[in-house]
Amino acid sequence: MATADTQVHDEHEHGEFIAHHFDNAEQQYDSGKLGIWVFLVTEVLFFSGLFVAYTLYRSHHPEIFDQAHVFLDKWLGGLNTVVLLFSSLTMALGVRYAQLGKNKLVAFFVLITMVCAAVFIGVKAIEYSHKWDQGILVSSAFNYTTVHAVPATAIGKALHISDYLVYLSAVPAILLIGFLIAAVGFTVGGKKILGIFCGCMAITAGGYFLGAVGAQVYMNATDGGVGGSHASQPILLYAQEDHAADDQAGTEHAVDDHGDGNEEHSADDHGAQASHGPDPTKFVRDIGIFFSIYYCMTGLHAFHIIGGIIALAWILWRSLLGQWRSDYFGPVDYVGLYWHLVDLIWIFLFPMLYLID
Amino acid sequence: MGTTIKATPEIFGHAENNFFNASSGWKSWAFTLDHKRIGIMYLIGVTTALFLAGVFALVLRSHLWIANSEMLTPAMYNQMFTLHGAVMVFAFIIPSIPAALGNMVLPMMLGAKDVAFPRLNLMSFYLWVIGTGCLLYAILAGYGLDTGWTFYTPYSIETESGVIYATAGAFVLGFSSIFTGINFLVTVNTMRLPGQGWFKLPLFIWSLYATAIIQILATPVLGITLLLLISERLMSIGIFDPRYGGDPVLFQHFFWFYSHPAVYIMILPAMGVISELIAVYSQKRIFGYSFIAFSSVAIALLGFLVWGHHLFTSGQSLVVTLIFSAITFSVAIPSAVKVFNWLATMYKGSILLATPMCYALSFIFLFGIGGLTGLFLGALSTDIHLHDTYFVVAHFHFVMVGGTLTALLGGLFHWWPKMFGRMYNDMLGRVGCFLVFTGFNLTFFPQFVMGSRGMPRRYATYDPEYQIFHQWSTIGAFLLGIGILLAFAVLVYAAFKGPKVGGNPFKAASLEWQSSSPPDFHNFLHKPVMTDPYDFDAMVYDEDLDTYIHREFADPAKVPPRVEPIHH
Repeated sequence: MATADTQVHDEHEHGEFIAHHFDNAEQQYDSGKLGIWVFLVTEVLFFSGLFVAYTLYRSHHPEIFDQAHVFLDKWLGGLNTVVLLFSSLTMALGVRYAQLGKNKLVAFFVLITMVCAAVFIGVKAIEYSHKWDQGILVSSAFNYTTVHAVPATAIGKALHISDYLVYLSAVPAILLIGFLIAAVGFTVGGKKILGIFCGCMAITAGGYFLGAVGAQVYMNATDGGVGGSHASQPILLYAQEDHAADDQAGTEHAVDDHGDGNEEHSADDHGAQASHGPDPTKFVRDIGIFFSIYYCMTGLHAFHIIGGIIALAWILWRSLLGQWRSDYFGPVDYVGLYWHLVDLIWIFLFPMLYLID
Repeated sequence: MGTTIKATPEIFGHAENNFFNASSGWKSWAFTLDHKRIGIMYLIGVTTALFLAGVFALVLRSHLWIANSEMLTPAMYNQMFTLHGAVMVFAFIIPSIPAALGNMVLPMMLGAKDVAFPRLNLMSFYLWVIGTGCLLYAILAGYGLDTGWTFYTPYSIETESGVIYATAGAFVLGFSSIFTGINFLVTVNTMRLPGQGWFKLPLFIWSLYATAIIQILATPVLGITLLLLISERLMSIGIFDPRYGGDPVLFQHFFWFYSHPAVYIMILPAMGVISELIAVYSQKRIFGYSFIAFSSVAIALLGFLVWGHHLFTSGQSLVVTLIFSAITFSVAIPSAVKVFNWLATMYKGSILLATPMCYALSFIFLFGIGGLTGLFLGALSTDIHLHDTYFVVAHFHFVMVGGTLTALLGGLFHWWPKMFGRMYNDMLGRVGCFLVFTGFNLTFFPQFVMGSRGMPRRYATYDPEYQIFHQWSTIGAFLLGIGILLAFAVLVYAAFKGPKVGGNPFKAASLEWQSSSPPDFHNFLHKPVMTDPYDFDAMVYDEDLDTYIHREFADPAKVPPRVEPIHH
């Protein structure tokens, strides 16, 4: 709340960036801060529907989640968790230096944050494309095969990567090349700040490829990669199932299974897995529901990451223009809060989807 | 009273230089950040939606004139009631009072120059345009929409009609609503006048604040629900589709988790308007200020706990049903608190039966019936009988039309001279109000009767025994339509040709009346002074300006100068 005496202010107090309808910098900052917090509340509620759906299906069909989660790679999910946590640190440092008015350091740390975001998207692209290759899709289209699809596109064949990965990478590739050309062009043309900005954007787009290449190398090392037999996950799957069956006989989990009318069905599954080994046709019914929820949650989260990159780019641009001062740094703070929320949502998604046990 | 004072017309009277002519050209409207202009654009938008959806309603009523009517095919009938409901709810009622009237007066009631986020405000309006456009595209492109406004699964997954366009439209309209909510909440928190504590706010602000809370907390859930429904149709993700393991009843829970609170998004601002009207036209301090204020918040919060009463017949457990029923009954308490306080305010007041007061009195009567019949539906045993009958239709129309539309019209007549600086013809205004009131009752009261006798809703044909009720209802609907047309005709004529008025023709005391009519671009030409919004005795008549001003300003030397904004 503004106080009576703040109505009278001098030039210094009424800075360059105070909108006409605010009385002073403090009122403007407080309004923005409350606004972004309220917006974050709406974001949490926006995701809440998916969390409710997750809770509902997990409590009704624990067997689906038990069997399906092993298709997700804990290490890639863990890597992304670390990347996002680190990006939260760099974002917090960016906000701190904005408060101190050190614009170059703000730009540096915001750039690191953007690169982390891009690495996250790159890793996600590998995870998605590998699943799509094997028919691990939403409920209605779920059609798992142990063998990766053979690439058909020229780039896919040449690099020995999934066609889906080629499609997913097209946009970052165009952005990378475009921003590189723009960076060189602006620098040569004497527009230094624009040149630096485009260079930073190119580095960000490069972050996508850093994440994607790293994750692809890891995938090739663990599961034979594209066109090869996908052996490790099914083995893991059935090892997991046997373990669960031994350990949890008579526990709540088993009771739940029997309680919801799928008694014979579930029993069949367990029996089949124990005696016949890997067989993709013997999944529990509606296992694809897990992946419907997985794609909805992580997809919506990925859109928020991309939105975050755009917001961070705006902050980066204004940092390069040197606009932050100790009495005006609100936008860095607001975007920072948004970024922390996007990280926080992932901190929930990771254990809920990847670490089911 | 009777003190002669000399204050300039530009500050308190009729201002020739105002926000209408502060700038010109279509861009000065299309890209305006002025809350008053955005409010007027919203008003034009929602009124267009009202007339469009009203025409759909009249087509429906005409079809139902005889028992086995062949005016519309059953499929077309389904589309017609769906479009009527969807456009009315999402494009008209939800934004009507907050976005149109609220935008106009909320910042001025706080003595502020604008809302906290003017660009977000403009974006909210354009999202409304886009969302309504998507909704209407479903019709224009020939897809239609036949799911009912509730988009229930599994039918909404299977139907050939334009569910994706319509739900995308509702999704975008949801964001429009969220942005208005965020804007108002922050504005009330941070932009109040120095010295304007929470309990010195006009009650309209309290109701808009409670509405903003609901918009912020409930609407995102509708967003994700509609997004999942769109994904379901595009990719069959199976969250709601039983063929792939989904649960269609989950959609109903999600939908009503938003849509029941949304009912209070529709009615709370109306209650706020009525609190202002009753006080001003009784010239008496509002009775039980804090009770009315807190009852708004109580309704907003209780609204989140009653969604299950829409699912009484969906097979949810008896325990849950009993709990939802009990909480539903508790909503009656804060609602009744408001009604009793309005009545107590009028007691021994100096009641002036001007057009806005006529609408306010209509509201109390109609909302009373709408609210009490809600208790019949909240009671489990009667609901089993009344569920999905015309009784339900009549109940929510008494609240939505008898409540919200009536309050919107009352509010428009009240604040019209402030917005346009011109007065309407009060007699014609009252005739319009009488037609709306009579037409409305004739339309919907027979629906209670036929509903309780078993007439199901959403049916294109019916048993001839109900024909007489349907015919009364149809006659009433046209009468209601004429009444609304007359009301808007009176207002539009006044905006252009009405006699000029000063800043405060109704002797109202809240801050927005401390400005000229129409207001300046910056709302106030002086520094607004915090005054009691319900202290009508403090207002004195100024002969030169032919309007009421606060007695503090009786001496022009005491009118504080505006602190000029510094432009860059």
